[in-house]
Amino acid sequence: MKNTNKSKSLDQIKKIIKEQKQARKEDDKITLTVSSGTCGQARGSMEVIDSLKETIEQKQLEDKVRVKVTGCHGFCEAEPNIIFQPDNIFYQHVKPKHSKDIIEKTALNKEILDQLLYTDPSTNEKAKKDEDISFYTKQERLVLGDNVLIDPTDINDYFSIGGYNSLLKTLETLNPEQVINTVKSSGIRGRGGAGFPTGIKWEFTRKAKSDEKYIICNADEGDPGAYMDRSLMEGNPHRVLEGMIIGAYAIGANQGFIYIRDEYPLALKNITLAIQQAKEFGLLGQNILDTGFGLEINIVKGAGAFVCGEETALIASVEGKVGEPKQRPPFPAVKGLWKKPTNINNVETWGNIPLIIEKGADWYSQIGTKDSKGTKIFSLVGKINNTGLVEVPMGITLREIIFDIGGGIPEGKKFKAVQTGGPSGGCLPAEKLDLPIDYESLTEAGSIMGSGGMIVMDENTCMVDVAKYFLNFLRDESCGKCLSCREGTQRMWEIVNKITEGNGKKGDIELLEELAYAVKDASMCGLGQTAANPVLSTLRYFRDEYEAHVVDKKCPAGVCKDLIRYIIIEDKCTGCMACIKPCPEDAITGELKKVHTLDENKCIRCGACYEACKFDAIKIE
Amino acid sequence: MNVQTDKVKSFINKYNCKQSALIAILQEIQAEYNYLPKNALIYVSQQLHIPLIDIIGVATFYSAFSLEPKGEHTVKVCMGTACHVRGGPKILEEFERRLEIESGHTTDDKQFSLDTVACLECCAIGPVVVVDENYHAQTSIRNVDTILKKYRKKEKKNEEHQ
Ligand SMILES: Cc1cc2nc3c(=O)[nH]c(=O)nc-3n(C[C@H](O)[C@H](O)[C@H](O)COP(=O)(O)O)c2cc1C
Ligand code: SF4
Ligand code: SF4
Ligand code: SF4
Ligand code: FES
Ligand code: FES
Repeated sequence: MKNTNKSKSLDQIKKIIKEQKQARKEDDKITLTVSSGTCGQARGSMEVIDSLKETIEQKQLEDKVRVKVTGCHGFCEAEPNIIFQPDNIFYQHVKPKHSKDIIEKTALNKEILDQLLYTDPSTNEKAKKDEDISFYTKQERLVLGDNVLIDPTDINDYFSIGGYNSLLKTLETLNPEQVINTVKSSGIRGRGGAGFPTGIKWEFTRKAKSDEKYIICNADEGDPGAYMDRSLMEGNPHRVLEGMIIGAYAIGANQGFIYIRDEYPLALKNITLAIQQAKEFGLLGQNILDTGFGLEINIVKGAGAFVCGEETALIASVEGKVGEPKQRPPFPAVKGLWKKPTNINNVETWGNIPLIIEKGADWYSQIGTKDSKGTKIFSLVGKINNTGLVEVPMGITLREIIFDIGGGIPEGKKFKAVQTGGPSGGCLPAEKLDLPIDYESLTEAGSIMGSGGMIVMDENTCMVDVAKYFLNFLRDESCGKCLSCREGTQRMWEIVNKITEGNGKKGDIELLEELAYAVKDASMCGLGQTAANPVLSTLRYFRDEYEAHVVDKKCPAGVCKDLIRYIIIEDKCTGCMACIKPCPEDAITGELKKVHTLDENKCIRCGACYEACKFDAIKIE
Repeated sequence: MNVQTDKVKSFINKYNCKQSALIAILQEIQAEYNYLPKNALIYVSQQLHIPLIDIIGVATFYSAFSLEPKGEHTVKVCMGTACHVRGGPKILEEFERRLEIESGHTTDDKQFSLDTVACLECCAIGPVVVVDENYHAQTSIRNVDTILKKYRKKEKKNEEHQ
């Protein structure tokens, strides 16, 4: 790294922010922002970027058009996508071959390329701008919205949208108590799962007596199917840092850690760079902007264990040990990392802080419901048309998220359930679609807010199989310290597995329920305490599906292998032979243009023939 | 595998021989050798003054570490919730059949290791499979063989070049 003589004072940073803002205002270049988070890159955004840049160079248009590589725009379904600035034209599924037209026709001549526009699946209408797309209209992208505007690898770009202004405001006009009071009265609660009021947690750590205090950013994001933290770290790392610096100032911590999931290379790269840049500008380090307050932030890479997202296990992991949770109290606020007071918050929680400081507690607390304030980011995935990250005000209904924003279920299938809260959460049925969501309402309904995973399931999803899936995950991830959790998740999995294999007996469901409550009550950390939720919620709303497995030995959704069979519908089979080769067991025989036969005794129910048949002639029963 | 003490030593030095950096040091070793060679762990144990049994404890607790050498190519099949409801398990089974190994293992010819992961963070294009660094989107049972062939072929080509 370069030396730190670039380090600035408060006034100098203020000046830089002003200049950068002005420069953005005066900027008359057409900017093509290409969504390029992990998910965009997996779908070829880098190739698109290269070819756009090449086209601009070839045509010598560098002073008219620029390409900006941004973090993700949240609309996974439409990746790779481009949003034009200042016009907000939205192009989806862009390929390198479109570059020439995009530059020549749209960028230079405002001509719209119809084939790259998003088409609404329900109305068949084409949308020209991001604000015309139903996926975006009902969202309130207060935290994620800036992803579109900035190059996450350039601190100046963050300055140009007023970034670090909240930190300046804090250092100049607020004392630590005032910051804590603002956060308290904003009503924000932790976005990592449990929903503990953030301001109160900060106050605990501030009041704990110690020569040394720490803050930690929890970026472990272990819920399979949730990725909002990754998106924020990748697309707007300075925002998270800004939140952390403000928090450290309020709490009185001089050392911070970011515990980041092992599988997040791009987030790791961007946050590492952001720390470096913040240091160069004097926004991090021994003496921040000459105020006498100092904070160093280090990065710790997780090593792949779900339980390490739990705060006490995370602390053990930062200390280099096996990530086993500890009994609380003492809470980390009193005795945390290296036995010193430690404040842990989730990435999204930290990311909300600059907003609260900027707009004030009153403004913030008007968003949301009585006890849940602000917005929450969800990853809307599974059997849903518009897959992506959605940021919505607390209190919105599940129906609005799934049908208005998410565009409903693909292929005209029927909605069956939505799973929130990951392995600690539950599955909610259609009757709960009009539930306004906040921390309490979700808990009451048998699920939890969790970190924001929202997995939509349709008629082809088996709820017993889903319960088995989560139990399998949990028995693997249980650290094994408590007998109830270690043995309980294993035993529950065995029972559910037996049921899905068609060997369920009368009384199994009741036994499962009993076990579930035992695990809930006797386990030490959140993993065990909530491990029963997937089972209990599916039992509560989909008991008939369990019974169909146990009593009728049927899997109504056609998922559980031992309870289904594949058959050929004679009337529909054209004898095309496409199903013969894929079958690993040579179970299908037949001649060209003659009805084929499937030998059920040989069939291992792999589903390959079902996938191969273009005539819907193979049916699951 | 030939483990160079110098390399391992440099990892340890990078973290000032701190005990709390054990996980970070193991991550460096894993990245270098694709697994944790036994003599590297013994060396770390001596240098950091941590009993070997505790190091093995850490190494087996976290899924990022492997005590066995990995194959030439690593196939990771997403077992996240979103991919699960879109048929991920069927894809995994097909890989297991084609490679004749169970997930978590390596083929006898050391060409492929098969693993599952919790979520590859691109749920929109599930079921997702990553081979080495390459993403394969919306995989189907039929794709599995095609995917494997691609990497097998590369292998052969390389041999021809040599
Ligand atoms: C098993 C388990 C896993 C957890 N995983 C995460 C996680 O991945 N990310 C996270 O922020 N919090 C996670 N938590 C919650 C943390 O323990 C802690 O409450 C949170 O980081 C506090 O931050 P917040 O108040 O900002 O939400 C997990 C909790 C449990 C019990
Ligand atoms: S509840 Fe489970 S994961 Fe938590 S400490 Fe006990 S055994 Fe470990
Ligand atoms: S389900 Fe699989 S094994 Fe059974 S007939 Fe079809 S392809 Fe063959
Ligand atoms: S693929 Fe379908 S239509 Fe073709 S032979 Fe098989 S069952 Fe018949
Ligand atoms: S667009 Fe898919 S994760 Fe952001
Ligand atoms: S669940 Fe497979 S990529 Fe997320």
